[in-house]
Amino acid sequence: MKQINRVDNGGRINRHKTLVFTFNNKTYQGFEGDTLASALLANGVDVVGRSFKYSRPRGIVTADAQEPNAIFQVGSSQATTIPNPRATQTELYKNLECHSTNGWPNVDFDLMGTVGKIGGAAMPPGFYYKTFMFPQSMWMSYEKIIRKGAGLGCSPQLPDPDSYDKLHHHCDVMIVGAGPAGLSAALSAARAGARVIIADEQNELGGSLLCTRQLLDGQAAQVWIDKTISELAQNKNVILLPRSTVFGYFDHNYIGINERRSDHLGEVDHNGTRQRLHKVRAKQVILATGAHERPLVYGNNDVPGCMLASAVSTYINRYGVVPGKTLALMTTNDYAYKAALDWHDAGRKVALIVDTRASSDGDMVKEAMQRGINIVFGHAIIDVKGSKRVKSVEVAKLNDSADKVLGSSVNYVCDTVASSGGWSPVIHLSSHTGSRPVWRDDIQGFVPGETVQAQHVCGGLQGVYNLSQTLKDGFSCGAVAAQEACKGHGNDHDDDLNVVPQIDELSESASMALFHIPHFKPTSRAPKQFVDYQNDVTAAGIEMANREGFESIEHVKRYTALGFGTDQGKLGNINGMAVTAKSLGKTIPETGTTIFRPMYTPVTFGALAGSDVKQLFDPARFTAMHSWHLAQGAEFEDVGQWKRPWYFPQPGETMQQSLQRECLATRNSVGILDASTLGKIDIQGKDAREFLNRIYTNPWSQLAPGRCRYGVMCKEDGMVFDDGVTSCIDDNRFLMTTTTGGAPGVLAWLELWHQTEWPELEVYFSTVTDHWATMTISGPNSRKVLEKITSADVSNEAFPYMGWIPAEVAGVKARIFRISFTGELSFEINVQANYGLHTWEAVIAAGEEFNITPYGTETMHILRAEKGFIIIGQDTDGSVTPQDLDMNWVVGKKKEFSYLGKRSWTRIDNQRSDRKQLVGLKPKDPNFVLPEGAQIVFEKGQAIPMTMVGHVTSSYFSACLGYSFALAVVKGGIDRKGQSVFLPLADGTTVEAEICSSVFYDPKGERQNV
Amino acid sequence: MLHIHCPYCEEYREEEEFSVVGEAHIIRPLAPEELTDQEWASYLFFRKNPRGLHHEMWAHSHGCRKFFNMTRHTVTYQILETYKMGQQPSITTEDTK
Amino acid sequence: MSNSARVESPLEHADFAGLAALKINGGVILREAKLLGHLNLRGNANDPDFLKGVKSALDLDLPLAPCSSAQNANTTIMWLSPDEWLVIVDGVTEAAIEGKLRQSLRGHFAVSDISGAQTMLEISGKDCLQLLQKSIGYDLHLDSFPINKVIGTALAKSSAHIRRTGEYNFQLIIRRSFADYIWLWLQQSSKEYGLSVTL
Repeated sequence: MKQINRVDNGGRINRHKTLVFTFNNKTYQGFEGDTLASALLANGVDVVGRSFKYSRPRGIVTADAQEPNAIFQVGSSQATTIPNPRATQTELYKNLECHSTNGWPNVDFDLMGTVGKIGGAAMPPGFYYKTFMFPQSMWMSYEKIIRKGAGLGCSPQLPDPDSYDKLHHHCDVMIVGAGPAGLSAALSAARAGARVIIADEQNELGGSLLCTRQLLDGQAAQVWIDKTISELAQNKNVILLPRSTVFGYFDHNYIGINERRSDHLGEVDHNGTRQRLHKVRAKQVILATGAHERPLVYGNNDVPGCMLASAVSTYINRYGVVPGKTLALMTTNDYAYKAALDWHDAGRKVALIVDTRASSDGDMVKEAMQRGINIVFGHAIIDVKGSKRVKSVEVAKLNDSADKVLGSSVNYVCDTVASSGGWSPVIHLSSHTGSRPVWRDDIQGFVPGETVQAQHVCGGLQGVYNLSQTLKDGFSCGAVAAQEACKGHGNDHDDDLNVVPQIDELSESASMALFHIPHFKPTSRAPKQFVDYQNDVTAAGIEMANREGFESIEHVKRYTALGFGTDQGKLGNINGMAVTAKSLGKTIPETGTTIFRPMYTPVTFGALAGSDVKQLFDPARFTAMHSWHLAQGAEFEDVGQWKRPWYFPQPGETMQQSLQRECLATRNSVGILDASTLGKIDIQGKDAREFLNRIYTNPWSQLAPGRCRYGVMCKEDGMVFDDGVTSCIDDNRFLMTTTTGGAPGVLAWLELWHQTEWPELEVYFSTVTDHWATMTISGPNSRKVLEKITSADVSNEAFPYMGWIPAEVAGVKARIFRISFTGELSFEINVQANYGLHTWEAVIAAGEEFNITPYGTETMHILRAEKGFIIIGQDTDGSVTPQDLDMNWVVGKKKEFSYLGKRSWTRIDNQRSDRKQLVGLKPKDPNFVLPEGAQIVFEKGQAIPMTMVGHVTSSYFSACLGYSFALAVVKGGIDRKGQSVFLPLADGTTVEAEICSSVFYDPKGERQNV
Repeated sequence: MLHIHCPYCEEYREEEEFSVVGEAHIIRPLAPEELTDQEWASYLFFRKNPRGLHHEMWAHSHGCRKFFNMTRHTVTYQILETYKMGQQPSITTEDTK
Repeated sequence: MSNSARVESPLEHADFAGLAALKINGGVILREAKLLGHLNLRGNANDPDFLKGVKSALDLDLPLAPCSSAQNANTTIMWLSPDEWLVIVDGVTEAAIEGKLRQSLRGHFAVSDISGAQTMLEISGKDCLQLLQKSIGYDLHLDSFPINKVIGTALAKSSAHIRRTGEYNFQLIIRRSFADYIWLWLQQSSKEYGLSVTL
C-alpha cells in the first residue's frame, strides 16, 4: 500500500517502523511518529467526516487542537472506544482502529447530505429551534433523528480496562507550553533555583521550533531543544511533562493537567496508568501557549483540501507529508509564505500565492519570487470548486478596503488551498479564571487581560512572533516569576547564562486585517462561507442572526451555535466576531469578547475519575465485627458510608421469613445487633451539663452519674435533626450517642456552637465512635446471657433501666448501658473496638442455649416502629418539630437558657393546627403493607390533583402483632385518631387505613423495665 | 480550588480540607423570646449575598477542626484575609485591598 | 483485661504477616504499627499548669507550635489543633497513662482513650513520596513538610493525620472504620512501584 503523499525524506517520523491502522474499516499504513491525521493525509484520504447540520464532506483542516472536522471514534472495542478525539492530536499506534464520528450511513454517501444540498437556504441558523421545537412533545423524537444524523460519538458500553490516577504537585513556577517561550522561561526559572513544572500537549517538547526553518547560533533548532531539555531534565527541581494538556486554570493558581501516558502505545496491557491527572498548585504561572493560525472565511472553504497554511507546513516538515499535488495559498501576511516555500521545496507545484495586500517586500516574499512562484497581490480566493476535494479556485481582485471584489474572477486549478488570516494568541487558559481578554489592533488578536492570578504571559500569547524576541521574552519572564515565587530563597544565579542564541530574523511587511473574503454576490447569496466548521455556522448565518436582532456576540453564539462544538470555537470564534462586527458596522472589541472555559480540549471521564472507581468510588466503613457478619452470610445495607448487616438470611429463607424469625426470636428470647456505627461523642468539662441543656430540648441538670437519658436536638428553626441517648459518666463527663448518619454533623454542630457562640463554656468534645464496638442484646433472655459472661450484678435492682455500669465482659473492660430501642429488656455492651470481635463471639457462645439470634437493621426498624420510636431522616425530614412528633415530653419547659430551637416553636407557622403530625396507621387489610412514601388523602374518589394531607414514613408487617402497620405524618393527625384515611397507590387502587397511636406494642413500656 | 490560609494551623491548605459554613458575624440574640417573629426570622433566615467583599465562616474540617472567618471577594474569588473566631475583619471595603 | 481476650487491629483481615512473608521488594514499604495506645488530649496551651501537668505525666514537653510533634522513648505527642493533641504510647499502657494525666492535670482539660478508634500505618521506601502525592494535596517538599511535622489532611476520600519521621518515612494515623478503604487505596496507588509489607 503506498502512502501517496509521503515525501521521501524529512519529517520527525521513524520510517523504519511502519504502523498498520484502519479508518472506517479500510486498512492503511503510517509511521511511528505520525499523528492519525498525518497518516491519513499521507494516504491521500480526503473526506474524514460529515458536517453537523448540512452533512457536507469534510477534510482535515489543521494540525493541532483547533481541528474541527477530524474527530473520530477511536478504539477497537466497546471497552476501549473513545468518542471524539482529534486525529491531529492522536498519535498513531499499531493496529489503531477508528471511524468517523459523524456521517450516517457513511462518509462518502450520506442521506443527510441531500438535505444539506437542497436545504442550503432551508436550514438557516436556529433551524432546529424553529422547526422542531413545536409541538414540544415531539422534540424528543426529532432530537433522536438529528443526533443520529449528526452524530457526536458513542460512549463505551463496557468497563474501561485501563487505570487512571491523579497526582498532586506544588511548585514555584508552572509553565504551560514548551515552545521557544516556555522552554527559555523554564531555563531561567530553573537556573534561579525555582521548582518548575513545564507541560506541553504534544509528544515532543519544542513547539514551533519543531518545524522552523530558522537556525539558532547557526545550527538546527533541534540542537538548542536537545541542549535545553537535557539541562532541564538533569535539574531535580524540574518536572517535564510532554503529552500533557493543561486543560484548566483554576482559582489561586491551580492548574489541571491531563497526561496521556500510554495512549500512544495502543490498546495493550500496560500494567500502569493510562492517563494521569496532575493537579498543580503553583506560586507563579507562566502561560506560553503561543498562537493559533486563523483561517480566512471564503466561499466553499470547507471543501476537503482547504487547510490552514501553518498546518500545511507542519505536515510537510514534521511528518514528511505533502497533503496534495498543487497548492493555492491565500494570505494576509508574510509568515504564511512559508507554506508555499515548504510545498515548493518538497517538489510539488504551487499554482499561485494570492496575497490580499497591495504589496509586500518581506524576505519570504522575495524567496517565493526567487523560486518563480506566481504571486498575485490585492486579490483573494472567493470560491472553491469541487465537492469531495478541491478542484480549482476562483480568484478575484479586491477593492482598497477589501470589502468588495472587482471585475471578474479567474479560475486556477489546484487541489489544496492553504489560507492564513493571521494569528490568534491562545488565550483560553487565562480566560478560565475570569480574566477578560483585551483586543490589540497591532496584532489583530485578543491577548490575556487583567487578572488576579499570579500569572505571567510570554511569547506568541502576547503577540510576540519573532523568535529571538520570543526567547528573550521567555528568559526574562522565567526569571521574574522565579524571583517572585522564591522571594529571596532561590539560588544566586547569573542572568548572563540566559543568552538568546544568534538568529537571522527575516524581515516581514505588515499584515492586513482581513477575516471575511467578499464575493460578487451578497453574503446571503454567495457560496457558503464557513466560520465554524463543526456546527456549520456560515458568515451568512451570522449576518442573518444580526438582522434578526442578535447583536451581542453571546447571543449570536447561542443562536447560531458558533463555538459550541467539541473544538469550542478555537478555529472560528474570532472570525465569527469579525463577521458580526462587519455586519453591525462595529469594531471587533465593540462586539464583545470571547471567553473560553475549561476544558481546553476534552478530557476523558476516566482521567477525571482517576482511581476513585469501583471499590474506591466511595469509602466503605466497617465495624470490628464485620468478618463475623460476612461469615454468617448477612445481607448488607448502606447507612451513610457504613456497611451494616441488613438481615441474616438462613438457607432457603426469603427476606420476609428472615425478618419474622429475627423479630420473634428477639421478642421471645434474645437477639443481638451490631450497634457500633452509632455516633459517640465524649464530652468533658465542668460546663458539659450546661452545654447539653442548650443543645438538647430536654433538661440535663438532674441526670446523675450512672444514668442515661434520651434527648432530641433541634436546629434553630425548631426542627428535629438528631436524637440519641446521652449518659452521665461523671459530673463533668458525658457520653453522647447520635444517629449513625448524623455523627459527623452532630460533632460539627457542637463544635460550631462552642467555638462561635459559647467559647466561655468549659467543655471539650472528642469523637469516640470508632473506639467502641457496640453490641446490643435484646429480649427477655438477654440478662441470662449477660450473666454468663460478666460477674457484675446486672439484676433490675442493682442495674435498673436507663442506667449504665462499668463491668468486665468476657474478660474485657466494658461499659454496659441498659437502654432499649426494641422495647425489650436490653443491654448495650461497649468494649474497645480491638476487642469487639472477641467479645461478640463470647456473647454469641453464651447465648447459644437461648438461641441468640443476630438481627440486622431491618428487624431493628420493625421492632422500634412497633414501639413508635422514630428514626431521624425516615420519620422526620427536617420539617418536623418535637410537637409534630407528639413528643412534648422531650421538651424542657423550665430550662433557664433559651435552648436551640425553642424560640422557633412559637412562630406562627409552627403553631398551625394542621401541621403534619406523626401517627400510627393500621391498614384495613391486615396483610397489606403500605408502601413507604405513599400519599394520604382524607376522602376517597377525589379528582386529580387530590388534596394530599400526609404520607407514610415507615411501614412493615409485624410478625409479633400479626398484622401490618405503619407510621405516617398526617395533617392534624394527633386529633384524628380512630378516623379513616385513604391511600391512592401508583397502580390505581386506593387502600384504607385507620389513624391510631404510634405505639403498637407494649404501650405501657413494661417489657423493657424488668 | 481555593487555597486557604488556616489561621490556626498558620499555613495554606487546599480547599478539600475545608467546609464552608455561611455568612460570618451572625450573632445569636441573647434573649430570643423577646424578639418579634420578624426579628427572629431575620436572624434565622436572611443572609447577605453581595457582589464583592464577603465575610464568611469556614471550618478546617479535615485539619484542626477549628472554625474561622474569611474575607473573600465573590467575583474574583480572592481571599483577602482569614482571621480567628472572635476577631473582626481588617478589610471591609474594596478600596483597602 | 484477661489474657484470654483476643485483640485485633482494624486491619487484622489484611493478613500483613502473610504479605510480609512474601518478601516483595517494592518501592513502597508499609507497616502497621498496630495496637498502640492513642489518647486524645485537650487543654489550654496558655495555662502553665496544664503544660506542667502534661510534662510531669508524660516526661515530655507539649508541642505548642502548629503542626509540630514531640517524642521520647515511649511517647509521641502530635499537635492536632491549638487545644488538641494526640498522645501515642505503647499498647496496653494507655489506661495507666490516662490515669497519670488525670492525676497531674487540674482545671479545664479532657483526656479520651481512642486506642480502638484508630491505627497507625508507617510508610517508607523510595517511592513513598509519589504514593503520598497521589493521596494527599499537601506539599511534601522538605521545606514545607519537614521531619517531625504533623498535618491533618484529606487522604483520598477519607482523612488522616500524617507525621513525617524521615525524608522517606511517614506515619499515617487513620480511623478504624476507614482502615480497609485506605488499605485498598494504598494498594491501588502503590501498584506501579510495588508494595512490600513488613512487620
